[in-house]
Amino acid sequence: MKKSKKLLSVLLILVMMGALFLTACGGEQGGDGKDEDVTTIGFIYIGSKTDGGYTQAQHLGTTAVEDYFGEKVKILTAENIEEEKTTVKTAAVNMISEGASIIVGTSYGFMDALEECAQEYPEVTFLHFSGNKMNDTNFGNYFGAMEEPRYLSGIIAGLKTETNKLGYVAAFPYTEVLIGINAFALGAQSVNPDVEVSVVYINSWNDPANEKIAAESLLAQGCDVIAQHCDSAGPQIAAEEKGVWAVGYNLDSRDAAPGAFLTAPIWHHDKYLVPTIEKVIGGTYVPESYYGTMQDGYVDLAEMSDLVPEEAKTKVEEIAQQMKDGTFKVFSGEIKDNQGNVVVAEGESLDRAGIWQIEYLVEGVTGRDN
Amino acid sequence: MKFITISRRDDIPRNRIVLIRILAILLSIAFAGIVIMALGYNPLAVFRQMIKGALGGKIRLQQTALKAVPLIITTMGIIVAFKMKFWNIGGEGQIMMGAMAASFVALNYSHLPKTLLLILMALASIVAGGLWAFIPAIFKAKLGTNETIFTLMLNYIAIKFVTFLQYGPWKDPTSQGYPKVPDFTAKAILPNVFGVHIGWIIAIILVIVTYIFINHTKKGYEVTVVGESVDTARYAGINIQSVIIVTMLISGGMCGLTGMIQASAIEKTLTASLSANYGFSAITTAWLSRLNAVAAFFVCICFAILLQGGASLQITMNIPAAVADMIQGIILFFVLGSEFFLQYKVGFRKRLAKEEA
Repeated sequence: MKKSKKLLSVLLILVMMGALFLTACGGEQGGDGKDEDVTTIGFIYIGSKTDGGYTQAQHLGTTAVEDYFGEKVKILTAENIEEEKTTVKTAAVNMISEGASIIVGTSYGFMDALEECAQEYPEVTFLHFSGNKMNDTNFGNYFGAMEEPRYLSGIIAGLKTETNKLGYVAAFPYTEVLIGINAFALGAQSVNPDVEVSVVYINSWNDPANEKIAAESLLAQGCDVIAQHCDSAGPQIAAEEKGVWAVGYNLDSRDAAPGAFLTAPIWHHDKYLVPTIEKVIGGTYVPESYYGTMQDGYVDLAEMSDLVPEEAKTKVEEIAQQMKDGTFKVFSGEIKDNQGNVVVAEGESLDRAGIWQIEYLVEGVTGRDN
Repeated sequence: MKFITISRRDDIPRNRIVLIRILAILLSIAFAGIVIMALGYNPLAVFRQMIKGALGGKIRLQQTALKAVPLIITTMGIIVAFKMKFWNIGGEGQIMMGAMAASFVALNYSHLPKTLLLILMALASIVAGGLWAFIPAIFKAKLGTNETIFTLMLNYIAIKFVTFLQYGPWKDPTSQGYPKVPDFTAKAILPNVFGVHIGWIIAIILVIVTYIFINHTKKGYEVTVVGESVDTARYAGINIQSVIIVTMLISGGMCGLTGMIQASAIEKTLTASLSANYGFSAITTAWLSRLNAVAAFFVCICFAILLQGGASLQITMNIPAAVADMIQGIILFFVLGSEFFLQYKVGFRKRLAKEEA
């Protein structure tokens, strides 16, 4: 009994010393990285930096920022952050407490959390990818005319397919996603009027297992080109296993499924992030709703693989040039939705605002939940 | 032939208990340190960052508090049920149903004055959480069903039901097809007190109430007796069925209230991920506190420090989030493991044989 009491007190002292030591060391670092010349930037990701898709493309933008600004910035990242308010806010606030003065949130569902943070931390600038909320002082958003490269990828799929059935693994029946599906379908129909597009919604942006399963169900229906609006390369891998073809998304992912990869509509996030962050650091940033195009180089089509027919390559290059010149409009009438209603009249075309009101699928497209 | 024998012990002096617990914590820290080192990080820096990330500065303290509040309230709910040896694994579902009911009030009665609206939301959440726990309770009381499986399964029903609402009838018509429930109006949001929503005051009150209920009321005593021995309780003339049902209404009610607080103060709407595993974490914290409400209060704060410190690790030290989870796992493994050694004596056959001889 006595012995154990002695041991106990020794242990207690050890614990207390350990605690003191830990807090003392904590004190030395008290500056929290608030060095005047260094700007700390926090990036919040929904997935893993090496997911082979969406988040990896985002992270390429981050590394470009790091390369461009070098010593002048300190980059913080948080990956696998769920679209749940507590989690997102915790990540943002932890970054701010580490001295971050710019927070970049890269998933739609981070929007409300970022909006709250923007109110609570007026001295921090928040940039949000794909959202539609902003304010006048410290909260802006950015996105791109993904409908342009989507349309181009549709041309390739329309000419490549043998069954005239295209599959599309999509996240949610939400406007951003519907725009992409419609653009892809319009591109395919422009070169192959018989083509049909089947869509499966997985109701998640980032669910690698389900993405692949959804692709497999489309393949079983006879689709022989799979396109996607989800984060992983799962659908491409499913297509390769079946011996057919795939259109990726987000980044050039040809290594994930080299036997299936045709091309991919991709983002060049650096084209927005580098100049914008330069403005924020320089104090000249005014919140905006950026919308990058093919012309700006913010959205693009990945280099077409050898599996793409020559005919398609020529056609894509022709239309891509028109897009870069600003003369090609993806949503040009007459367009009907899949209920037969005319949604864009003959001779008219949708501008950005019109495109972002889309809540329908065009003729020749059918959608269902997984 | 059994080489290892395990027997119950009930004769450990108090300081020995403290000693074993401290040893467990030290061992877990040492072991976690080795793992961190094996992964190529400096363990001292990692632990320092965890503590700093949870307690260093006002913002971080607030974040820790925000995680502690739902954990404390849910733990109180779990403790009440566990005291009766009713294994309520259904905290998640009760939180979701509470949040759902509170959201129903918030979305449909937003014309009411703020205080009244918030009180109605809280009451609705308590009733809904209580009813969700009442279902397994009545089945257990009347038919003797297994409450562990029953409450566990009800979690998934509740979560899927909220998912259904989010994707279907309650979907925000202005969200352009994105499946989310409309945001609450400002009136349906709990006010802040000292930078953290008022939930922390509710949590402290509930800790005191739970402590008094279990230790100083007749009903609380009955709960304990039913938990210790149903036969004794019956012999003493306690109405067992009524005790089970009332206890579970209280347990589920508190979990439901957590749902209201999270929906109102944090999410400001209803989402299917709102329960954020608090219902499961609370089982751990309830055990660690040995079903003592006051101890649970401190255990929950420690747990929140682990959560918040862990979340800050990947941002400040670029450590994958999984490592933080692993550290938590190691610490829990050792601490919970030590409980085993406090309750059982492990001996080797040879030595026991000698003693017998």
